[in-house]
Amino acid sequence: MMRAGLGIVALVFLTAAAFAAELRGTGDLGVVIERASGSVLIVDTSTHKRLARVEGLGDISHASVVFSRDERYAYVFGRDGGLTKIDVLEARIVKRVVQAGNSIGGAISDDGALIAVSNYQPGGVRIFDTRSLNLVADIPAAYGGTNSDDGALSKVIGLVDVPGRRFVFTLWDAGETWIADFSGGDDPELTKIGDVGANPYDALVTANGRHYIAGLFGEDGLSHIDLWQADPKAERILAGYGRGEAKLPVYKMPHLEGWAEADGALFLPAIGRHELLVVDSKTFEEIGRIAVHGQPVFAMARPDGRQIWVNFALPHNDTVQVIDVPTRQIVRTLKPGPAVLHMEFAPRGHEVWLSVRDRDRLKVYDTMTFERVAELPAQKPSGIFFTARAHRTGL
Amino acid sequence: MLRLLPGILVIVALFGGNARAGGDLSAAEIARLSNMVRQDCGSCHGLTLKGGLGRPLTVDQLAGMDRETVRDIILFGIDDTPMPGWLGLLSEPEADWIARALKTGAIQ
Repeated sequence: MMRAGLGIVALVFLTAAAFAAELRGTGDLGVVIERASGSVLIVDTSTHKRLARVEGLGDISHASVVFSRDERYAYVFGRDGGLTKIDVLEARIVKRVVQAGNSIGGAISDDGALIAVSNYQPGGVRIFDTRSLNLVADIPAAYGGTNSDDGALSKVIGLVDVPGRRFVFTLWDAGETWIADFSGGDDPELTKIGDVGANPYDALVTANGRHYIAGLFGEDGLSHIDLWQADPKAERILAGYGRGEAKLPVYKMPHLEGWAEADGALFLPAIGRHELLVVDSKTFEEIGRIAVHGQPVFAMARPDGRQIWVNFALPHNDTVQVIDVPTRQIVRTLKPGPAVLHMEFAPRGHEVWLSVRDRDRLKVYDTMTFERVAELPAQKPSGIFFTARAHRTGL
Repeated sequence: MLRLLPGILVIVALFGGNARAGGDLSAAEIARLSNMVRQDCGSCHGLTLKGGLGRPLTVDQLAGMDRETVRDIILFGIDDTPMPGWLGLLSEPEADWIARALKTGAIQ
């Protein structure tokens, strides 16, 4: 009887999707954005195979992805305001809504019930039910400034989830960080923190959900908020880190990610410089700098924190460098190909996947030997997102 | 008259313009520049050029700016904004081609 039951279940999967020919989990699967064609690939990180392509996601340049707690559903945030829920196992779109005119990213609440999307147009954050994608709350980023395209609405960046059914995000035009607390229900309690700094372009939260750090385009420095304080305030860190030095043209804004922490330090891209800034993760003082090959875009710690992998803006975006954390030395310089846009580690870090946009390839490296272990075709790949992100705060 | 003008500009850009700027650039170079505009300018201005952190670069949005101005913004950037000058990565004829192509919607 048990055997027959399993057989029937297997049969259902066989008809649902070609690749799910047998019962399987999703813990080793991932989603790769194909930015130019509005499609995503479902990939298997154990076998290094492409399982399926899902099409019809609209403009997904600068797209990012979060996962449901069961790691079955991927929520894709598109540039065109599209929010698409994908069934990773069945490789199909479950639902898609176009919730704004221009979007930049999103987050999922710790209980898995709410999706938040940060929008440039109209500036603000919208919150959706993860099952139905119905609108739960709308938070316009009204600040009363004059230099916003929407009159008084700011573009929103650096949206992250933190424990307690809360989201934190920052207003590019206003230099404010807001906390939206949904612990009391669907009507959020808002806390607004001012004086974050000029033109915050992206932000990260540490893996414990405590320290929120925004990079500033308009100032030499970063902004730090300790979210564990009863009355959180923004304080400048590394103010004047580039003092007296000419800033280079910034051909691509760096991205700040929660993966940046390793061995008691944060490794952050310096804007307009060929440097990583090393910041003590308790005192938030600068404890070092590492000269690198170009202007860093992503600086990502391998999950064990032993290495930092860095990619770069034009004209150095064919290169990836690996830094050994204890010695802070560059131990390897790789040339995966033109336009390396993103990197994603296997959950425990034994391998890393790179998207090489202008070669239409995904390349997989062993992080111990630096040998290339696999190569897969993909159409103009950008972001790579593995399902294990479901269980990390603030990604 | 005003209505006719944009149409004439498009024709000039497509035919007269190609003889100058397009004539200097090979098909491969044009493909490379189009890819760069969509993919790299697109980091801030959107893959479809409808805007992002940077303003939209659609034909409508650029209508009030002449080609030389667009070219100079590409080459030299805009002070106190995130728009960098691309001189060093792009030559003047390349920036000129991009300016013209943006204004006429000719990015491939």
